[in-house]
Amino acid sequence: MTVLIAIALTLVLAGGVAVVFSDDPQRQAVTLSVYGLLMTVLFFLLAAPDVALSQLGVGMVLVPLMVMLTIRKIRGHR
Amino acid sequence: MSRALRFWVLGVGVACFGTILVLAFLAMPHFGTSHHPYRDLAVPASVAHGSANVISSVNFDQRGIDTLGEETILFGSVIAVAALLRPAENEEKKEDPGRRVPFQATRMFGYVLMPVTLIIGIDLVVHGQVTPGGGFQGGVVLATGLHLLYVAGQYRSMEKLRPMPLVEVSEAAGTAAFAALGFAGIGVTGAFLANILPFGSFGQLLSAGTVPLFNVGVGLAVASGCVVLLAKFFEQVFLVEKAGGDT
Repeated sequence: MTVLIAIALTLVLAGGVAVVFSDDPQRQAVTLSVYGLLMTVLFFLLAAPDVALSQLGVGMVLVPLMVMLTIRKIRGHR
Repeated sequence: MSRALRFWVLGVGVACFGTILVLAFLAMPHFGTSHHPYRDLAVPASVAHGSANVISSVNFDQRGIDTLGEETILFGSVIAVAALLRPAENEEKKEDPGRRVPFQATRMFGYVLMPVTLIIGIDLVVHGQVTPGGGFQGGVVLATGLHLLYVAGQYRSMEKLRPMPLVEVSEAAGTAAFAALGFAGIGVTGAFLANILPFGSFGQLLSAGTVPLFNVGVGLAVASGCVVLLAKFFEQVFLVEKAGGDT
């Protein structure tokens, strides 16, 4: 279990770095969504399924979708 | 402020914050030990009120006032987004949002998973007191499930499935139900948000007293809130400036 948690933590770290270093905001929304999934796995492994469920919906779908729509709006203005 | 000075201010801030954070982490109980004072109090309290899901019990029974705060924050945020993203005077709705037909596999994915996701969402809301999940999680899953229709390229059908006036009312109704349950607690026992219903049998659908009612209210509020939130963002994407607009 400790090994799994360590792997999940490392993946979350890598995911966070990937989000920060994604240059194009549109791609960033996608990496953010993947980061949300990695966080979900971490919460699940840390025996917090309730938080994992919230994270799955909010972090993986709602926030990236809002970012995507905002970017589409901004691009439409140019 | 010059660039060099800004970096110095940032450096001092990061150093102070980092030091305090490290000190705080060092004083914390070690990770993964069996020393859990909060658990030792919360679990018996939850079991005494017939909730198999301790998290739900903490959220809606033991610390209901915190959750009411969270509900209000969500409610306020949705209202703020709705106010900020309202159409400007020189904007009008595009007649055709330029429908692009997604891949057949993507459409299939949306059509198949939408009903499944909606059922999972309802299941999470109503079983919140028994298994992991509850009003918030279920509500978010419900809102997500609805938007799978957008993924399937059916924005118009999705719009028809969520009549905005109804969704806005149900968001307010869900939040109001939470507060009403709180006042019902005052009426019966004299304590705000007190658990006033029979606790039922542990692990059954009808157990944990008022917790399932809170879950349904929060589920309604969160699902509608997320739908309103996303609807405002969608609306913005499909807004265009009127011909001859200045800005």
